Amino acid sequence: MIEYLPSSIGGLLIGLAATLMLVSIGRITGVSGIYWGVISKQSDKLWRLIFVIGLPLGTFAFHWISQIEVPTANTFYLNAVLGGFIVGMGVKLGSGCTSGHGVCGIGRLSPRSLVATLVFMLTGIVTVALIKQTVF
Amino acid sequence: MMKSILALFCGMLFGVGLALSGMTDTHKVIGFLDIFGNWMPDLIFVMGAAVITTLLSFSIILRRKFPLLDNKFYLPTEQKLDRKLILGAALFGIGWGVYGYCPGPAIAALAYLQPVTIIFVLAMTAGMVFINVLNNK
Repeated sequence: MIEYLPSSIGGLLIGLAATLMLVSIGRITGVSGIYWGVISKQSDKLWRLIFVIGLPLGTFAFHWISQIEVPTANTFYLNAVLGGFIVGMGVKLGSGCTSGHGVCGIGRLSPRSLVATLVFMLTGIVTVALIKQTVF
Repeated sequence: MMKSILALFCGMLFGVGLALSGMTDTHKVIGFLDIFGNWMPDLIFVMGAAVITTLLSFSIILRRKFPLLDNKFYLPTEQKLDRKLILGAALFGIGWGVYGYCPGPAIAALAYLQPVTIIFVLAMTAGMVFINVLNNK
């Protein structure tokens, strides 16, 4: 069970980040929404841009301080293009992603988010089951 | 100013959490979704810990009338369980399973300076713009 400690603590930090965002500036930490706010015609962009920059900065700091090896990403470029495009469509149409719906939405007991989370988990699982040969 | 500092701190904390949790590792994510194959349950603990935290903290925080640094909470107002939500979520899950990233981890993983990640983020951006254009027709 101890091998799941990093994942649990990672999840805790994610939850804490969302907690702090909500209590301090009153915002939901839905990364797809925040990112869209950066690239679209949205006012009040600065905090969004700073948050988005903070993400890779935090990740970089984590690996730098812990010296934990950087994972090699899936190098199937076709999957990156297709997967990326479909993810982009999905989060815009569905108004959220794992952080928005999964972490914050369920945290707020939102029925929409609970349903969305169940749906994307399901299609994610089915997708991997169907195309496992081409992924790794 | 405080808002910017908090946005930076939260973004970085989130980024640390994503990296520590394994969410930036496409292999682990696919492994988590690979329930019928070589299941890697790690991400259950990520979601579990995150959701337990927000279930506890949000219920307390949302008793307040407003947050510490603003005069209101900015919460989603949509209530309907409509087709767009279901279709959107379905698509999101498909894309997630095809590559292994969702938006947060993908942006965080830009720190790894791997070209394929930039491609993913660009494609994701294109997908979002595409739907936005369709919505505005």
